[in-house]
Amino acid sequence: MLYDIWTVFWRDWLVLKRRIGRFILSRMVSPILYLVAFGWGLGRNIQVNQGSYLDFIVPGIIALNSMNISFNSVGSPLNMSRVYHKTLEEYLIAPISSMSFVIGKVASGALRGLLSSLIIILLAFTFGAHALITIWFAIALVLNCLVFASMGLVAAMVMNTHEDMANFNTYVLLPMSFLCATFFIPDHLPTVLRWLIEFLPLTHASHALRAIVSGGETPVFSLFIMAAYITAFCGIGVWLMEKVRE
Amino acid sequence: MIHIENFSKKFGDRTAVDNLSLKIAKGEIFGLLGPNGAGKTTTIRVLTMLTRPTAGKIVIDGCEASHQEQHIKSVIGVVPQHFNLDSDLTPWENLELHGRLHHMVPQVRNQRIEELLKFVELEDRAHEMVQKFSGGMKRRLMIARALLHQPKVLFLDEPTVGLDPQVRRRLWDLIRHLKNEGLTVLLTTHYIEEAENLCQRVAIMEKGRLIAIDTPMELCQRLGSYAVEWADEEGTKTKFFADRNEASAFAATLVTTTTLRQTNLEDAFVELTGRKVAG
Repeated sequence: MLYDIWTVFWRDWLVLKRRIGRFILSRMVSPILYLVAFGWGLGRNIQVNQGSYLDFIVPGIIALNSMNISFNSVGSPLNMSRVYHKTLEEYLIAPISSMSFVIGKVASGALRGLLSSLIIILLAFTFGAHALITIWFAIALVLNCLVFASMGLVAAMVMNTHEDMANFNTYVLLPMSFLCATFFIPDHLPTVLRWLIEFLPLTHASHALRAIVSGGETPVFSLFIMAAYITAFCGIGVWLMEKVRE
Repeated sequence: MIHIENFSKKFGDRTAVDNLSLKIAKGEIFGLLGPNGAGKTTTIRVLTMLTRPTAGKIVIDGCEASHQEQHIKSVIGVVPQHFNLDSDLTPWENLELHGRLHHMVPQVRNQRIEELLKFVELEDRAHEMVQKFSGGMKRRLMIARALLHQPKVLFLDEPTVGLDPQVRRRLWDLIRHLKNEGLTVLLTTHYIEEAENLCQRVAIMEKGRLIAIDTPMELCQRLGSYAVEWADEEGTKTKFFADRNEASAFAATLVTTTTLRQTNLEDAFVELTGRKVAG
C-alpha cells in the first residue's frame, strides 16, 4: 500500500519536476499582487490588533493561497484525467487500492500547496513582514493543504465537466478566500453569516496560522476541525473511487 | 480462461448487456462483433473491472471477479478504444508508471520496458513527449503498456480504429505473435475482415444480446458458401447458395451485373444483425 501511494505520488512529482521553474514563477504572481495591494497599498495606514496590517494579512494570504494551489493541483488535472483524457482508467485497472490512489494524489497536491506557501513566506519577509514560523505553523499549513487537496479530489470525482469545476471554484473557493478571516476578522458580520463562516475550513486555517504567528495559544480546536475535514474528504474520495465503477 | 455466466449490466432503465454467457479458452483469439451500441464496450469494461456487473458471474484465470478483483487486475492487459496515455509523460515514463502500478521489480521492469519499446518499434522515441505522437504510435505504445506486466489475457477494444492499413496489418501480426506465445486475446472490432483474419471464434452481439457464436467459417457456411450479389432499383441484394453451380445458375437468370463470390463474415454479420432487409 505504501508503495502504491508512492507510485501515485511519483507520477505527479515527475511532472512537477519537469515544470518546477514555471511552477515557481507563476506561483509568485498572485501573492505579490496581494502583498502589494493589501499590504503596501491599502494596508499602510491600517492597524490591526496593535500590529501592522501586513503582518495581519500574511497568514491570511498563506491560508488562501495554499487553499487555491492545493485544490487546483488535484482538482483540475484529476477532473481532466477522469472526464477527458481517461487516464484515470490506468489507475482503475491497476491492482492498487482506491485508498492508495486517494492518499497519493492528496499528498502530491498538498506538496504543491506547501511549495507555493514557502514562496509566499519568503516573499513576505522581503516585503518586511514579521512572522514567527514554528513547528505548529508548519502543522497548521500542512493540514490546510491536505484539507483542500482532498476537497479538490472530491470535486474532481463529482463534477462532470470542466465548466462545473470552474463553477465550484467560483461558488465555493472564491467566497471562502474573502470571507474566511483572510483579510479581516469577521466579528462584525451578522450572526448567521458568522456562524456559517465559523463552519468553513479556511476560517480555521486563518485563525490557526494567525494565532501561531502572533505567538498566542496553540489553536488545538481549529487544528482538530481541519483534521476532521481531511478525514471526511478522503473517506468520501475513497467511496467515490469505488462508486465510479458502478 | 474467461468464463462469463448470465452476465447483465443495466444503466438505470437501459439494459446494455442482457444475460450474456460465454467461455473463452486459453490461447484463443476471440472476437466480439456487433453494431454500435450492441454492448461490446460495456462487456469489455466489466471484464476489465472498470464497471461492475448488475448480475451474473465472471471468472478470469480461475478467479471470480466479485471476490478477487485485484488478482484479475494483475493478470489482464487492457488496450482501450480511446487514447489514454499520460500525455504529460514520455513513453518510457508511461511504461514505468504502469510497471510500478503492477508492482514489478525495478530490474525486471526496466528490462521489459526496453524489450517492449523495441517490440513496438518505439525505442528511439522513448524519451520524447507522448503528446507529439501519431495515432499509430500511441496505439502501439498502449499495446506495449498492456503487455508490460506479462498478462495472461489481453483485451483490445477496437485496436485498429483510425489506423493506416500498413499499421493495421503490423498490429495484426503482432496480435498473432502474442497468441502463439499462449496469450488469450479478446478483441472487439468494427472491421469484420479484421475478425475474419484474426479470430478463431467470434461472437456477434446485438442490443446487448449474444445472437451467434462460432468460428468465422461456420458462420459463413450457415448462410451457404457462395453469395451472388446484384443491384436493382431497390439497392444491393445478396442471395446465398450452398453449391457453386446453383449459384452460377441463379446468377445467369439475372440481367444486371452480378458478382459471384465466397460468402464472408461480413455477409453473416449483416444477415444476423438484420440491418439489411432480405429480398
